[in-house]
Amino acid sequence: MSQAVLSGLALLLCLLLGLAGAGALSRGRRRFVPLGTALAAAAGLLLGAAGIAAGSASLALPIGLPGAALSLALDPLAAFFLLPVCLPAIAAGVWVCGGDERGRPCMPLFLAGMMLTVLAGDGWTLLFGFELMSLASWVLLLPHVDQPDVEAAARLYAGMAVLGAACLVPAFALLGGVGAPFAALRATPPEGLRAGLVLALMLIGAGSKAGLAPLHVWLPPAHAAAPAEVSAMMSAGMTKVAVYVLIRVLFDLCGPQPVWWCVPVLLMGAGSALIGALRATREPDLKTILACSTVENIGLIALGLSVALAARGSDLSALAVLGLGAALLHVLMHSGFKSLLFLAAGSAIASAGTRRLEFLGGLAARMKIVTLCVLVAAASWAALPPSAGFASEWLLLQSLLAAPRVGGLALQAIFAVAATIMALSAALAAAAAVRLVGVAFLGRPRSARGSAATEAPAAERAALVGLAAWLGLLGIFPGLAMRLVGAVPAMLIGREAELGATGTRLAPLADAPGYLPLMILLLLGLAGAVLVWRMMGAGVRTAPAWDCGFNAPPPWLPFGDPATQYGGRSFAQPIDRAIGGAILRARELVRPAMPGSHSPARYNEDATDPAERAVFVPIGAARHRVSDIIDQINRQTIRRSLALVVATLVLLLALIALQGIGMVAGP
Amino acid sequence: MSTILSVMALLLHAVLLIALAPLATGVVRIVKARLLGRRGPALMQPWRDLPRLMRKQAVVAESASFVTTAAPFVILSATVAAGLLVPSFALHMAGAGAADLLVVVGLLGLARASLALAAMDAGTGFGGIGSSRDMTFAVFAEPAMLLVALTFALLAGTTNLDAIAAVLREGTLGLRVSIGLVLVAMVLIALAENGRMPVDNPSGHLELAMVHEAMELEFAGPHLAFLQLAASLRLLIWAGLFGTLFSPFLLARADAPMQWLPALLGWIARVVIICVALGALEVSIAKMRVFRVPEFIGAALLLGLLAAVYLFVSTGFA
Repeated sequence: MSQAVLSGLALLLCLLLGLAGAGALSRGRRRFVPLGTALAAAAGLLLGAAGIAAGSASLALPIGLPGAALSLALDPLAAFFLLPVCLPAIAAGVWVCGGDERGRPCMPLFLAGMMLTVLAGDGWTLLFGFELMSLASWVLLLPHVDQPDVEAAARLYAGMAVLGAACLVPAFALLGGVGAPFAALRATPPEGLRAGLVLALMLIGAGSKAGLAPLHVWLPPAHAAAPAEVSAMMSAGMTKVAVYVLIRVLFDLCGPQPVWWCVPVLLMGAGSALIGALRATREPDLKTILACSTVENIGLIALGLSVALAARGSDLSALAVLGLGAALLHVLMHSGFKSLLFLAAGSAIASAGTRRLEFLGGLAARMKIVTLCVLVAAASWAALPPSAGFASEWLLLQSLLAAPRVGGLALQAIFAVAATIMALSAALAAAAAVRLVGVAFLGRPRSARGSAATEAPAAERAALVGLAAWLGLLGIFPGLAMRLVGAVPAMLIGREAELGATGTRLAPLADAPGYLPLMILLLLGLAGAVLVWRMMGAGVRTAPAWDCGFNAPPPWLPFGDPATQYGGRSFAQPIDRAIGGAILRARELVRPAMPGSHSPARYNEDATDPAERAVFVPIGAARHRVSDIIDQINRQTIRRSLALVVATLVLLLALIALQGIGMVAGP
Repeated sequence: MSTILSVMALLLHAVLLIALAPLATGVVRIVKARLLGRRGPALMQPWRDLPRLMRKQAVVAESASFVTTAAPFVILSATVAAGLLVPSFALHMAGAGAADLLVVVGLLGLARASLALAAMDAGTGFGGIGSSRDMTFAVFAEPAMLLVALTFALLAGTTNLDAIAAVLREGTLGLRVSIGLVLVAMVLIALAENGRMPVDNPSGHLELAMVHEAMELEFAGPHLAFLQLAASLRLLIWAGLFGTLFSPFLLARADAPMQWLPALLGWIARVVIICVALGALEVSIAKMRVFRVPEFIGAALLLGLLAAVYLFVSTGFA
């Protein structure tokens, strides 16, 4: 059974490569490329769902480097991660068919890269898939590089992809060989310093791809710069692939490790959750807000993983299952609501002609279905019951609340603070969601172009409504989603999942009281139905807004003066003043006009991400210094260049000679 | 038999909750008026206002969308759902298995977010001010509430309200400093969440200083009645939370109807005491500046953290 599933997936990978080739060769609109990608992703989703219960299998491919053929392997963890990878691709493929852009041949390649990473059976295959994914998504960014900020984002993105490879290759080498199959690596887990190095390299290599602080700075501009369907696949799918690589190495290949392993993961997770959520409340650009929220959610997933690491280190397997299960559930929920949000934002941007909050507004009356879908996803984003996002964040909070059982006062205090930061980021996410929906979709239009927005095309609506229905299903039946997750902790922690998850119920332990979304929904529906029935008689009359007696707008402003509405900047100000100043160095600069002058007062505000200051600026400066040195070497006279080459040659020969007489250890 | 009794307790709880919520608001108004030397409105005044508003026609701004018409229903039903989960006089009511503290906080958050969205829907300045400020207060109140939940989860091993109350009732935990700290933190959070002084002035008439009321400016008729009933209910829900978490031994068991009457009287007495104290507090202090509120709720955050750490130190909890 599992062998058949794996063979089917291998076939699917070949089909995707063929689709990319056909797309690159054909002219015209290439509608078949996104459609084919969506179909392949749907097949991948079904095969993944079938593979979760099927057990493990492996398959060697007849291609690859000499002596290191690519190999695929399927187990519950890999099969589960096919779901968050394929789901956004299905929706993105369908969504693209509604617009009038040409299909992008790199889209199936991107999906193939993600699936190959997840299905890899050895280090080479994993790295090959990882780099294919990075490269394909980078190419997908390129059509927009005529804008300077996109060019900077694409360059930073390429740099981070190289950094990822530069860390992952030595990490696998330290684990016991880049080309060795995972089964062999699993047999010899690293210890001591070697294990610590693997952890550090993985957190830099895969953590930067996932968007963990302080390596997240590249993510918001890159995810925002891509076309909407690519943003959805990057934010909802690609970050999950990076999480998969982290779980594969830290939980599966490294085996049980000491408790302190949870600390760096926890710090990075809490940092991402806080910074991502805070930036999402103040960014001026629709898609940047969503990308910042991705950073936040990856942070939440990392918090769940850190609980699992701590619990596994102290032999609390029930708690480890809880933490890992909650993190995986959030992986599933986030991939659903983030792809919906990015695609809906794409529809809004295409229809209203701008991505800046200050020019949007009033889309609810013009794009009713898109707005309804956004509301469904925003409820998950803001973690409001009975949405899908609330179910997974509830379980994550339960795992953090139980985490102090690990013991040790310092660790207990850290976990208490982490739980607080998680609640803080959930509340910030609610503020960000209200700001995005309230400013961009509700109220009056803020520009003439925005006031002419119309409902999205049928294909786009179909993708959005499908995702919204999926989210509704997951929200009301989180136990079913937990079934999909169930086999994975059992495989990694070595203990059957003991989560009390049945259909509509979610609980930290089998016999503990839990969260019953169906009952909450019934209560909500019952109260709502009584109220609606009570209201049926009275009609609703429309009138100009009361606004405490403010004048009605003059005739030359058909939707009122945009400046009298609360905008994105004004909405963010109280949060900025309360905590933005401390964390993001948010500042307001007010320069009033001189007395007697007729010039207007000037108001400016700015903020910088702390990671940009602390990590990226120094790295950029170091890169400049290194390139200066290399430049100097390159510009030597021919005499000196030759001397350098000869000196290097002599040095290497001397090394070999010394090795020959046994003075230096050989490989 | 016990199932029937637990369902009956829930029905009685629901009816009393909705019947008494406007009266609790009335009590606070009377106390405030008397302390200021006025006679004040009658106790039944909120119950006269609600039917009057219900008979009117709802007026909606031209620039508003379907969110404005849907929001009052969502807000009131989310608040009612939260109210049904928080015990008032009896433990182990029907549905106690779903009465999770985090879910109750989440449902109140759903009501808040819906109101904040609806306030931005008409595209007026005051609605935006109110919704931005209310969401900012929640940014601090929610983590503080989570620390309260953490302390109880450490003591009782669960975040289910009913189960926490059942554990605390046994009295084996004794008197704990952490619970005292959490009580103070929760008072601060409750003042902020209910839009009470010194965070917000529920009877304010200066638009620029209003937070919660500013969000309701564009609502009229039945819509406004729903919002007012939801605000009254929220006060009673918080009273129920205090009763359940800090005096669980005064609550009856749902399967012992003989205990219901004294527990009912005890609940009403608690609500009246809380309302009188709230009224007295509101006339004796001034509203603080909006940008000072984060510091005010931040104090609750620190107290909650202190309570958790104190628990770790004192019990070596593991």
